[in-house]
Amino acid sequence: MRIGVYICHCGINIKATVDVAQLSTFAEKLPYVKVARDYLYMCSDPGQNLIKKDIEEFKLDRVVVVACSPRMHELTFRKVLESAGLNRYLFEMANIREQCSWVHQDKKSATKKAHSLLAASVHKVALLEPLTEKEVSVTPTVLVIGGGIAGIQAALDIADAGYKVYLVEKDPTIGGHMIQLDKTFPTLDCSACILTPKMSEVGNHPNIEIISYAEVADVKGYVGNFEITVRKKTRYIDETKCNACGLCVSYCPIETPNPYNLNLSKMKSIYIPYAQAVPACYVIDPESCRYLLKKECRQCEQVCQGLKAIDFKQKEQAITIQVGAIIVATGFDTFDPKGKPEFGYALYPNVITGLEFERLVNSSGPTMGEIVIQGKKPKDVVFIQCVGSRDKTVGNEYCSRVCCMYTAKQAHLVKEKIPHANLTIFYMDVRAFGKGFEEFYNRVKMEGVKYRRGNPSEIYKKGDKLIVKAEDTLLGELVEVEADLVVLAVGLVPSKSTEEVIKLLKLSRSPDQFLLEAHPKLRPVDTASDGIFLAGCCQGPKDIPDTVAQASGAASKALILISHEKVKTEAQTSIVNESLCRGCGFCVAVCPYGAIEPKMIEKAGEVTKVASVNDALCKGCGMCVPTCFSGAIQQKSFTDNQLLSMLSVLGEKNVSF
Amino acid sequence: MSHFEPTIIAFLCNWCSYAGADLSGTSRYKYPANIKALRVMCSGRVNPLMIVQAFRAGADGVVISGCHPGDCHYSQGNYFTRRRFILFRKFLEFLGIDPERVVLSWVSASEGKRFADLMEELTDKIRNLGPLKNFTPLETEARGEINDS
Repeated sequence: MRIGVYICHCGINIKATVDVAQLSTFAEKLPYVKVARDYLYMCSDPGQNLIKKDIEEFKLDRVVVVACSPRMHELTFRKVLESAGLNRYLFEMANIREQCSWVHQDKKSATKKAHSLLAASVHKVALLEPLTEKEVSVTPTVLVIGGGIAGIQAALDIADAGYKVYLVEKDPTIGGHMIQLDKTFPTLDCSACILTPKMSEVGNHPNIEIISYAEVADVKGYVGNFEITVRKKTRYIDETKCNACGLCVSYCPIETPNPYNLNLSKMKSIYIPYAQAVPACYVIDPESCRYLLKKECRQCEQVCQGLKAIDFKQKEQAITIQVGAIIVATGFDTFDPKGKPEFGYALYPNVITGLEFERLVNSSGPTMGEIVIQGKKPKDVVFIQCVGSRDKTVGNEYCSRVCCMYTAKQAHLVKEKIPHANLTIFYMDVRAFGKGFEEFYNRVKMEGVKYRRGNPSEIYKKGDKLIVKAEDTLLGELVEVEADLVVLAVGLVPSKSTEEVIKLLKLSRSPDQFLLEAHPKLRPVDTASDGIFLAGCCQGPKDIPDTVAQASGAASKALILISHEKVKTEAQTSIVNESLCRGCGFCVAVCPYGAIEPKMIEKAGEVTKVASVNDALCKGCGMCVPTCFSGAIQQKSFTDNQLLSMLSVLGEKNVSF
Repeated sequence: MSHFEPTIIAFLCNWCSYAGADLSGTSRYKYPANIKALRVMCSGRVNPLMIVQAFRAGADGVVISGCHPGDCHYSQGNYFTRRRFILFRKFLEFLGIDPERVVLSWVSASEGKRFADLMEELTDKIRNLGPLKNFTPLETEARGEINDS
C-alpha cells in the first residue's frame, strides 16, 4: 500500500494555528505513507497538480488531504484522483480548518489535535476500497410547489426550455402575494399589470400543467425520480366546463369575507378570487355555502344548467405525478401584529397592516382604490416600521428587507391621493440598499413625508383620533403624534405551508425559520437534498427582483439535472456479506427507503434467507449497520473496521481492536 | 488534577451536526481542542461498539450528535439513535463507566454557536468528572487471566 498525505496551509488560515511543517514530518513516519507534503493552497491548480504528479511518480494508491471540511472540497480532490487514474473513493479528508485551526487558539493543542485527525484519516484510508457509482435514468419533468411570482418564473423558465412542469398551488389561483400589491417600489410599476401577463402565459403554456387548489400530500423516490402525490381539494366546479361567465355569483345568496382583499370586503360563497385568476374557474367555499352546510339552496346549479359546470358530487382527488426535480417556492406570510399588542391591531379598526393598505389603495380593492377608513379620508397618517422584524421580543431577529421601501412607496401613494395629508414614518434605520432605492427614499422625503427615528411604545385612543407615542431618538424627546390611520409595516415570516413541505421533503430551517440553503454564498438555491431547489421568500425575505432572479437560478439548477439522461446514485451504500448474514431482517425493518429486501440464496447446500441491498434505493445513511448482530451488513467507506480503526487513533492510546 | 485535559470524541452526522461544527469554524466561534470529531453520514450509523471502542482507546467522554428530532436527513435515523442511546446508558453502567460521560445532543446545520457552546460545556463537564480510569484495570485484568490459563 502506498499512501500520499497532503497538508494545506490555506494561506494562513491553517498555518497560523497549526504547525503544518511538523505535521508533515509526523505524517511521513506513519505506516504505508510514502510521501507527505505541505503546500500553500492544496485546492489551487498547482496544489492539485502536485497530488496528480505524486500519484504517478510514487505510484500512490491512496490519498489523504489534510485541509478544510470535506463538505467543501471532497469532490475537488476526488476528481484529482480520478484524473490520475485512481478510484475516487480511495480518498479521505482530515478537517483541520473548520474543526481545528478556526475554532482553537492555542497552537500547541491545535497541532496536537491535527496530528490525531491526520493519523485517523491515514488509518481509515488504508482500509478503504474502490467503489463505483451506478446510474439511474432521470424523469425530465419538474414539480414547482407554490404559484407566486417565484413559482411562476421558475415554471416559465423550465417550460420555455422545453420541459414539462407541474405547478402546484394551494389557492384556487396562481399569483401569490404579488397580485395583492398595488404598486411596486421603487419604479411604481403596477403590480398586477406586470404579473397578469406572466400568469396567463403560465395558464396557456403547453408545457405547464397547473394543479391549483391542491397540496402535495406525499413524496417518494430520490433525485431524478420522485413520485409525488398531489391532493386536489374539491372546487365543486368542473374546471373543464366552467367558462367563468359569473352568472352563478349573482344568484348566490350567501356572503362571506373575501380573502383576496384580506377580509376587508365580502364575496359570494361561489367565487373567483379576482378577475384575472388563472385558471379562470369558479370555486365554492365549503365553509359558507348554504347547500354544503345545510343541504338547501343549489341556486347556482340551476342557473348553470347550460354548461352543467357545478358538481356538488365532486370528491377530493389524489393525483400521482413523476418528476426528476422539485422547486420549493412556498413564499411568506406577513407577521401577525397581534404579537405586538401595544399597537392595538384588531382593537382599533384604523390600525392596519402594510398588506391591508395595499388592498385599500388598490383599484381592485374594497374601496376601489380610495383611501377611506371608517368612511373618512384620513388627514394624519402614521407608518410604523419593523413590526415583527429586527425584534427579539417576537423571536424575529432578522430584517425583512422589503418594509422600508414598501413603507416609502405607501407614503408616496398617500401623498398622491391625499396631497394635504400629514405623514409620519417611525423607523429604526432606513435600509435602502437596492437599485434605485436610495433615490426613491430621497424622493419620498422631498415630498414632505416626516421620518422620525424611534420605535413607538404605545397607541391609544383620544376622542376620534389615535395617539402614537414614541421617543424620537434623534431629538431625545417623547413625542405624541395624532393619527386617523396607522399602517404597520409588518415583516415577513415563512408561510404556514412551509411546515408541511419541510416534513415531506426533509428540508432544514435556518435560525430565522426560513428554509436552509446548501451553502449561504455559493449554493443559495440548492438544498442539502439532491434534486430539491429553493426559490423566493421561502428561503428568506426578498423583494420581487431578487425573487425573480432566484427563481430563474433554481430553474436553471433543475434544468441542469433533468437535461441529463442519467444521474449518478450514491456509491457509499450498504452491502451484505451473505456468508455472515443470518436473515433476521432487522436491517430490513429500519431502512427508511425500503432499500433492503430479504432474498433466498443457497448457502452451504441449504436454501436460506439473507438480506440484499438495492443500490438504486440506498441513500447511504448506514443506519442498518448497528442493527446487525453478525456485522454482515456494512456501509461502504464507513465500515465498522474503518471507523473503529479511526477511533483507536483518535483516543490516543493507540489500542488495537 | 487541575491540569487534566480530557479527550472527547464527537460522533457527528454529516448533514446537521458536522455542518453545524463547520459553521462554528466559519464563524470563528472558539471551543477547546479536546473535542475530536468523527463524521458519519447519520447519527443512526453510530454503533454502540464504536462508543466502547472510543473509551477503550483512551477517550474520557463521548458526544453523539445528529439532526433535531423530525429533521433527520434520512427521515428517522436520529430516532434510532435516541432509543439506542437510552438502552446503551444501562450497558455503560454495567461496564463500570459513568453514563454521564456519554452525551446525546442535537445540533442543526445552522447552529454554529450552539455547537461551540455545547463543546465548551461538555469539556468542562468531563474535566470535572476526571480521567476515565476504570476501563484500564479491567482490561489488564482480563488479559492477565488469559495469560495465566
